[in-house]
Amino acid sequence: MISNERLTVRKTYKLYLGGAFPRSESGRTYEVTDARGAFLANAARASRKDARDAVVAARAAFGKWSAATAYNRGQVLYRVAEVMEGRHAQFCEEVAAGEGLSTGRARAAVDAAIDRWVWYAGWTDKLAAVLGSANPVAGPYFDFSLPEPTGVVAVLAPQRSSLLGLVSVLAPVVASGNTAVVVTSHERPLPAVTLGEVLATSDVPGGVVNLLTGDAAELGPWLAEHDDVDAIDLTGAPPERAMEFEREAAGSIKRVLRPPAGGEPDWTADPGLTRMRTFLETKTVWHPKGF
Amino acid sequence: MAVFEYAPAPESRSIVDIAPSYGLFVDGEFVDGSGEPMKTVNPATEEVLSEVAVGTEADVDRAVKAARRAFTRVWGPMRPADRGKYLFRIARLLQERAREFAVLESLDNGKPIRESRDVDVPLAAAHFFYHAGWADKLAHAGLGPDPRPLGVAGQVIPWNFPLLMLAWKIAPALATGNTVVLKPAETTPLTALLFAEVCRQADLPPGVVNIVTGAGETGRAVVEHADVDKVAFTGSTEVGRSIARAVAGTRKKLTLELGGKAANIVFDDAPIDQAVEGIVQGIFFNQGHVCCAGSRLLVQENVHDEVIAALQRRIGTLRVGDPLDKNTDIGAINSAEQLARIRELSDVGEAEGATRWQPACELPDRGFWFPPTVFTDVSPAHRIARDEVFGPVLSVLTFRTPDEAVAKANNTTYGLSAGIWSEKGSRILAIADRLRAGVVWANTFNQFDPTSPFGGYKQSGYGREGGRHGLAAYLMGADSE
Amino acid sequence: MTHVLDPHALTAETPPRREPPTPYADVTRSESAFRAFLHGLPGVDQVGASSRVAMLGTRSIKTTSKAWAIDTAISMVDLTTLEGSDTPGKVRALAAKARRPDPTDPGCPPVAAVCVYGDLAGVAKEALAGTGINVAAVATAFPSGRASRAVKLADVRDAVAQGADEIDMVIDRGAFLAGRYLDVFDEIVAVKEACARPDGAAPAHLKVILETGELVTLDAVRRASWLAMLAGGDFIKTSTGKISPAATLPVCLVMLEAVRDFRAATGRHVGVKPAGGIRTTKDAIKHLVLVNETAGADWLTPDRFRIGASSLLNDLLLQRQKLRTGHYSGPDHVSVD
Repeated sequence: MISNERLTVRKTYKLYLGGAFPRSESGRTYEVTDARGAFLANAARASRKDARDAVVAARAAFGKWSAATAYNRGQVLYRVAEVMEGRHAQFCEEVAAGEGLSTGRARAAVDAAIDRWVWYAGWTDKLAAVLGSANPVAGPYFDFSLPEPTGVVAVLAPQRSSLLGLVSVLAPVVASGNTAVVVTSHERPLPAVTLGEVLATSDVPGGVVNLLTGDAAELGPWLAEHDDVDAIDLTGAPPERAMEFEREAAGSIKRVLRPPAGGEPDWTADPGLTRMRTFLETKTVWHPKGF
Repeated sequence: MAVFEYAPAPESRSIVDIAPSYGLFVDGEFVDGSGEPMKTVNPATEEVLSEVAVGTEADVDRAVKAARRAFTRVWGPMRPADRGKYLFRIARLLQERAREFAVLESLDNGKPIRESRDVDVPLAAAHFFYHAGWADKLAHAGLGPDPRPLGVAGQVIPWNFPLLMLAWKIAPALATGNTVVLKPAETTPLTALLFAEVCRQADLPPGVVNIVTGAGETGRAVVEHADVDKVAFTGSTEVGRSIARAVAGTRKKLTLELGGKAANIVFDDAPIDQAVEGIVQGIFFNQGHVCCAGSRLLVQENVHDEVIAALQRRIGTLRVGDPLDKNTDIGAINSAEQLARIRELSDVGEAEGATRWQPACELPDRGFWFPPTVFTDVSPAHRIARDEVFGPVLSVLTFRTPDEAVAKANNTTYGLSAGIWSEKGSRILAIADRLRAGVVWANTFNQFDPTSPFGGYKQSGYGREGGRHGLAAYLMGADSE
Repeated sequence: MTHVLDPHALTAETPPRREPPTPYADVTRSESAFRAFLHGLPGVDQVGASSRVAMLGTRSIKTTSKAWAIDTAISMVDLTTLEGSDTPGKVRALAAKARRPDPTDPGCPPVAAVCVYGDLAGVAKEALAGTGINVAAVATAFPSGRASRAVKLADVRDAVAQGADEIDMVIDRGAFLAGRYLDVFDEIVAVKEACARPDGAAPAHLKVILETGELVTLDAVRRASWLAMLAGGDFIKTSTGKISPAATLPVCLVMLEAVRDFRAATGRHVGVKPAGGIRTTKDAIKHLVLVNETAGADWLTPDRFRIGASSLLNDLLLQRQKLRTGHYSGPDHVSVD
């Protein structure tokens, strides 16, 4: 059949790793369908070695990102929102297709996702004031406590909310200076890959966010066991595997954010500080006061 | 007398009255334990001090039930201000009976009376006093508008600061409205049992504080009890791991305060005499049985010889011996088991090529003793540079530049504490920023205060104790759960 | 019998600058070199120094060691009177006390020295003849030190001529705080020269008073200590007793560290003398503990450690009586001088 309509150029959906867009080292892909089962794309199916490489990239990026000024991180996160806004329509399409949402509800989810970046962009330079303290110790010392990022955080992103849920778990991790290795929604990975394209063009240094499309059930144990991962968010872990992942995470005393009781939460609710708090350490510094 | 020798100045033991045997403190009463009782010994003499009950799973269950009842019926519903008043009472009682606690602590633990008297006991009282004030001000703690207690806290504490760790655990738990089942360490149960008596003198409602003595199995029963809402543990990283595993998949909230291998970094512009004091205080305080001990001395190469000479001279003045002597600086190692570990790791240090130095010092014939020890020529690959010795053993490494100091300091799986010695303010702040450790002491070391959050990075654990931050471990609210 | 200054004392010449001992011979080659040296000494953290002395203050000195400490402290006392109202009678009374502090107990050791103003040095010398107790005279326009150098040196020569065994000089704190370190150095050197005796007998020992209450910081105390030692001071002394605070334990700690380090570097022993504010046996024993655990047992002799005091002696005597008799006594059981 011959048509006069232009044939579209389709996108190859790849991983976002260390600031680049590689295919999985394993060469594996898997078929992604829309909510009704129609083919959308072949996504890269990340392997344990991709996860390993992502941790290396995240660790390498941690020094600079965590040492960047909070003002700078805030501007970078705000830039993400700006660039996302320019891709609004694309995100709406992908979210609607993947999650089976009406145009209106997909639009609302994308709006909320963009606004969430803005919200977290505004938090970067407030955290130390809100979570830190000057401690009135009983002696001639100046003593203060400041929040600091935990390090490399593995995030098993929500399986259902492919964009708003993803941003809601990713932004609080990187806002405070952590770097992230994210396993996206398995069945709905496409908005995550597009988000990677946004991140790559919004001043987010390579390696700060690494997005692995694939199966949390497969990658979860590798990340949970990885000694160079400091914390893990189990939000998107298969419910029957979360306990196992938590046990594995105990091996290196990882900070663990358990999956929410009662399944995926309402991502439109006020996020609060819990997610940021979970991936922050408190450093207390003492210094004498004397002539 | 040719030289100034200090005649023995022993603190009187008669102030404490140790019973021949102790039960468990459950629901406000001392009750028998179901396990085979254990003996607690004075590590300085190996004399048996008392026989102490061992709690079994069934005993722990009774304690948790008592704590649950107290939580739902009394402590939870109580006016917060009244909870605070009970804690103030406890603080005062600890102050009133301070000498008794200090002597008992030194007897059971082996630490010098100077430390138990001037550090452990006053700080324990201060923790209760500090947290008492929080009880009716939790809405202002920045943890959400309506922070609520978790319920029953199961707490397991170590033997190095028996009463102080009890205070670090119980004071915040109670102030935030939780009730407690606490297991003291196997080798140091006595001050916790004396604390039970303080709870009675304070008329603390039965079941709010339960003390179940025993060893590892008892601790496991506390941690794994299904009706415990919160687990708090201070101890080794190894046990911490197994607790984190045990708690996995439950809704129990967990905080861990684990091991450490702190770097104490001495720059060439340090106030040398105070740095030497800080090194000594960092590693020999409490016989080095301190998770945040400054066990790795990182000294700038251009002042290495000078610092080591000064350090050795200073160590030569340390007085090792009878913990009850007011002039003792270093007491007994807490147990035969710990002594064996210290000996083993020191021997490994020597075998690996490090140079061992110990001052001439006479050790008592009986009891568990280890002289203050410095290893020089230590390389970062040596086990004594990596493993926690938990004894009076210092490993000395060198660095040339600030970058190297930071890299070496952070080159550990632990991240509890660190020290920096320099007279240059900007350098201190820059280094402090880059150290991956929960507590950074600059131009001081081993300072503690109830207002100051304490806890680790990395495999030194998570959660903070002390300050506003410490409350979060015992509360759920919009922002903490 | 008012003493009259020898008119020649004022005209004597100021000696040339003397080099400090090795390995520090070149540090006084210029003002900037000397400044670099003194400012290159390790800093002192005040809080750390204070907590160190607080810890040593908890040492519990009992029974035999207390008895030893009291006798040692008595033998280190520079029994002092430095009042405008001092008279020969007062000085003689003090000398009598110095020889036999406790008339009821011949076993009680004498003090180390009697410390007076220079014009009374002769009186003290006469009163103490044959006892082995030294006469120390404050000089150099004590306590402020605010007079021309010629006047200060005349003051010293005069006291030495009167028979003073020891000269307690004050440094020029104004010059020190203004950073004119070589001026301060030269003056100490000159005073040291003035301590010589024309007949070639052993020169008077020189104690250099830093007046730490005016230097304020422990960093300055350390620098001044080194300056005084390099210039040839036999003792470094905290205070005149006329400025508050006088001797404090952290200051004494820093000075003891200085003499310890100076000995290690040069082989020369310099003594330390805290003065002013030490009134009780407890204070004195704290100082002895500080000496013992900082500079070491070598310094626990009157040749290397002195305590400048007046009322302290009676408290030491009361405590000594208590140890001897086993019961407490009161102020009427020691002499008022």
